[in-house]
Amino acid sequence: MKNRTKTAIVTVTAAALLASAAQAAGKLEIFSWWAGDEGPALAALVKLYNAKYPSVTVDNATVTGGAGTNAKAVLKTRMLGGDPPDSFQAHAGQELTGTWVVAGRMEDLSSLYKSEGWASKFPKAVIDLISYKGGIYSVPVNVHRSNVMWYVPATLKKMGVTAPTSWSTFLTTCNKLKAKGMATPLVMGENWTQQMIWESVAVGVLGPKGWNDLWSGKLKFTDPRVVGVFTTYGKVLDCANKDAAGLSWQQATDRVLSGQAAFNIMGDWAAGYLTTTKKLKAGTDFAWSASPSTNGTFIMLADSFGLPKGAKDKTEVMNWLKLLGSKEGQDTFNPLKGSIAARTDSDLSKYSTYSQSAAKDWKSKVIVGSMVHGAAANEAFTSGFGSINDAFVSNRDAKAAAQAAQDLATKSKIGM
Amino acid sequence: MKNTDRLWSKIVLAPSIILLAIFVYGFIARTGYTSLTDWGNDPVQAMSLTPVIKFIGLQNYTDLFTGGLNVRFRQDMISTLFFTVFFIAGCLGLGLTLALMLDRNPRGEGLWRTIFLFPMSLSFIVTGTIWRWMLQPQGGLNQLLHLDPAKSEWLTSRGSILSFDWNKIPLITAAVVAVVLGVVAFQAMRAGQRTRTLVAAGCAALLLVWALFVGPNVKLLPAPELHGFNLAFIGIIIAAVWQMSGYTMALYLAGLRGIPEEIREAARVDGAGEWDTYRHVIFPLLAPITLSAMIVLGHISLKIFDLVFAMTGPDNAATDVPALLMYITSFRQNAFAVGAAIGTVLLLLVAVIIVPYLASQFKTEEAR
Repeated sequence: MKNRTKTAIVTVTAAALLASAAQAAGKLEIFSWWAGDEGPALAALVKLYNAKYPSVTVDNATVTGGAGTNAKAVLKTRMLGGDPPDSFQAHAGQELTGTWVVAGRMEDLSSLYKSEGWASKFPKAVIDLISYKGGIYSVPVNVHRSNVMWYVPATLKKMGVTAPTSWSTFLTTCNKLKAKGMATPLVMGENWTQQMIWESVAVGVLGPKGWNDLWSGKLKFTDPRVVGVFTTYGKVLDCANKDAAGLSWQQATDRVLSGQAAFNIMGDWAAGYLTTTKKLKAGTDFAWSASPSTNGTFIMLADSFGLPKGAKDKTEVMNWLKLLGSKEGQDTFNPLKGSIAARTDSDLSKYSTYSQSAAKDWKSKVIVGSMVHGAAANEAFTSGFGSINDAFVSNRDAKAAAQAAQDLATKSKIGM
Repeated sequence: MKNTDRLWSKIVLAPSIILLAIFVYGFIARTGYTSLTDWGNDPVQAMSLTPVIKFIGLQNYTDLFTGGLNVRFRQDMISTLFFTVFFIAGCLGLGLTLALMLDRNPRGEGLWRTIFLFPMSLSFIVTGTIWRWMLQPQGGLNQLLHLDPAKSEWLTSRGSILSFDWNKIPLITAAVVAVVLGVVAFQAMRAGQRTRTLVAAGCAALLLVWALFVGPNVKLLPAPELHGFNLAFIGIIIAAVWQMSGYTMALYLAGLRGIPEEIREAARVDGAGEWDTYRHVIFPLLAPITLSAMIVLGHISLKIFDLVFAMTGPDNAATDVPALLMYITSFRQNAFAVGAAIGTVLLLLVAVIIVPYLASQFKTEEAR
């Protein structure tokens, strides 16, 4: 007994000494909104980092709240107050470049991309998204696809329909289902999930080139083609539930499972919910296809980390970023997070059935950025578009919505 | 002796006065100044290390009240007005009813008092979360009452009643003020105050003339824009009334208990029935309590944020309030100047309620 106490004391003292030694050796603060379900994936990354750099203390500064609503507010006050975290999470694309890079707050990481040979490992479309005036500003860790349509094969079979591949067949399928007594063939949830449907409609109607033109300013929102997007979106909304504002995306997905609705358009985090939480089998209990008219396109969103100017522990951050961009880092993180690796050379045997199919698409389809999730448009636009969507859902005035979107784009300096 | 006491009191008070001056009034001034600039209107400058911030006067305010992209702000102003009216009416009505019931000394009065007062001990975030569960489409209330979730849209309705055109706001304001001035003039006439009568009647006439001939031609916006009471607010009003009616009950109960039995007896001796006693004796004595309850509830409802955030989230325009819009505008859209302008409008609204009250309190205290 006495001996054991002694050992305990010695161990604790040793641990304390080690810890203080680590403090002296260096520390790294990682700012993210990954808690809850996403926490273990981040923890695995931190563990991997600590295995490589045992002397560094990692400070996991997580601010909880879905999609980073709270974290982004905290981050902004910290950055404005001159106390940037060592490395912070931001959606790759305009959310990073349009807010932080244009403001001159981020370090250029081009040299890191060169030394690690990443230019050939990440798809060019992704590197373009995180580049600004010749510099590359962040390292994407994961990729999610936003244009996926989920359904239960048994429900479709019972109703005698197949998953529609274009928006026009979607509308006829919708009418068929309505005639058979399914009041709301499409289920949607709160505002941002509605915007994801708009995004799928827009990419489907305009095509990837038209979509990109929208954000580079070559295509105006007042163009008849874009007004047409709103018109189609309005018709799609007629197939959807009226109580959407009160549903989370999980509750919306549940309605597909219960057979109240046939389809749900949601990002591929739904696959994680269906397999892990609901214990369903991919391919038989639930199935998926690209949202109508977007089969050739992969609407992507990605989480990425960068190096803010004035970060205190630059060496540690560079090591962290190297780890994030490495094959090992991405394949440790993504199977747990339910996303796929941004690199195209990842080890697919580690991933779920759904993710394997998504990873295949990632390599073969045309990649465009998601507006809702901060890749295609800056925060000023994305946030304002939520209000435009809300007005449209109520009044269905396609022309007014297109005009408002154009005014917002001008004000937010889209394509300038 | 007296001088040292004074000195001490000043020394002891100084730190809090300095802190208040900086962290309350200094920041109010700073926010007011920010609202007159264009900080964040250009996304490139919003987060810059060395932002170029220009002074643009009242442009942000003009945009909020008349700009094409700020429909949501105007709906929020109307929403907050309706919310305040229904919330205060609900709390006062329910609180008074509960207090009158408890005043009859029912059995287990203490227990009832605790039960009714209990919701107040919860924060709005907790209340909001509970009521969101109860009112959501598949939630408790619809299941309990076997209601069709597709039809009983407590929080998700997109319907709106009592709609009116935003363009008519100046007209309506002028008409309302004219009517109030007319009443003032009438009262002054009855009291025999000649100058007061003439001034009030003159102002009322001027405003009426304006409302009749100039007002209809004033256009804030190029096209009519309808705003009304969003039905999705009903759920939020239920939750807010549930939370705060215990407070009004406590106030009224204290008031009722403070009325001496002799007064009631005197009324009875004079031949007043039960209802007449309440109408002519007890309710007038409760009037000051109603006023202070209205002040407290009024400023809570104007500033409300957490309850709505918890119940319907920040992205739901049907149940949006100015405080939420301020948060989104500042921290999601990075439009700090516009956010500051919304904040300033809110502050002015609260001041409209609080300042006259404080002034009257101050006067009565000095009179003592």
